Amino acid sequence: MNEILLKIDGKEVKAREGMTVLEAASNAGVSIPTLCHHEKLMPFGGCRLCIVEAESGGWTKLVVSCVYPVEKNLIVRTRSEKVDRIRKTLLELLLAHAPNSPKLQDLAQEYGADKNRFEKEVSFCIHCGLCVRYCNEVKKLNAVGFVDRGIKKEISFIPEIASKECNNCKECFQLCPTSYLHAAFVLTEALAFPGNLQ
Amino acid sequence: MDNERIDRIIDKHQGEASSLIQVLLEIQSEYHWLPKEALERVSEKLQVPLTRIQHIATFYKAFSLVPKGRHEVHICVGTACHVRGAERVLDKVQDLTGIKPGETDLDLKFSLETVNCLGCCALGPVMEIDGKTHGKLSTAITEDVLKNYD
Repeated sequence: MNEILLKIDGKEVKAREGMTVLEAASNAGVSIPTLCHHEKLMPFGGCRLCIVEAESGGWTKLVVSCVYPVEKNLIVRTRSEKVDRIRKTLLELLLAHAPNSPKLQDLAQEYGADKNRFEKEVSFCIHCGLCVRYCNEVKKLNAVGFVDRGIKKEISFIPEIASKECNNCKECFQLCPTSYLHAAFVLTEALAFPGNLQ
Repeated sequence: MDNERIDRIIDKHQGEASSLIQVLLEIQSEYHWLPKEALERVSEKLQVPLTRIQHIATFYKAFSLVPKGRHEVHICVGTACHVRGAERVLDKVQDLTGIKPGETDLDLKFSLETVNCLGCCALGPVMEIDGKTHGKLSTAITEDVLKNYD
């Protein structure tokens, strides 16, 4: 495997070809905030919170580090005024959907995001896709998936699969940054297979 | 719902998972909607998870998870058609069919939908039924056109 040298926040970092900037950074002990990233899952690039500045050949661009592959002599800045401002706005937008999520609130504090900046549109789900991807990629059960698109997109359990599998698993519950998944499951259970409730 | 018809459609595509959308489109055009049993059958035969099929079936407007009428009426309400009186055509169709945009009548004869442009503004106001374009409509012509469908 080819080794690639790059700079992250001033640190010289060695990475293997094909690695993402996020992986290289976490190997080097540089933490980048994420919501939709999970080490067992394929990169998704859904939350955009891991955005960083990447400079190569004299050009600086903003890239999403969880899906951006490392390249030779890349200079990465994980905290800059611009990056922080973008993360702050992203958090404010997410907080309009899930104002009481502890994970979001912690990040909001770090980046000075105001949860009341945007009008509340409480959908709870922030479409990080962790539950959907975990069920598909790790458990291969496909009990939960996305339906619809755009502003109407939401997660939805397949009752026939959920009634058989979910009660023995529930591994996705702790992944959800907002606990909405738990609520969606209980609702599906109550509507489609209430007999299982003890 | 008979599995044979669904199976025939799936077999036509050699049971390839990559043909999923083509299979769904054919089921949609044969049944005018995607019944749940059909989706389950497709999922089983093509080895595609139902969550994925559900995502695709709800993503594209061409698919419907509720029964649609035999004839799909699309009325253009784009700018050009609007100024040429699309509103009157729409009112007339709603009057005659008794349904609003997004609805299907009880006999499953018509489904009504408004669209924002059909790409032939010079013919406005335009209405498309089952892919056939009817242009330069007046309320009287609209009535005549609808009479030709049963």
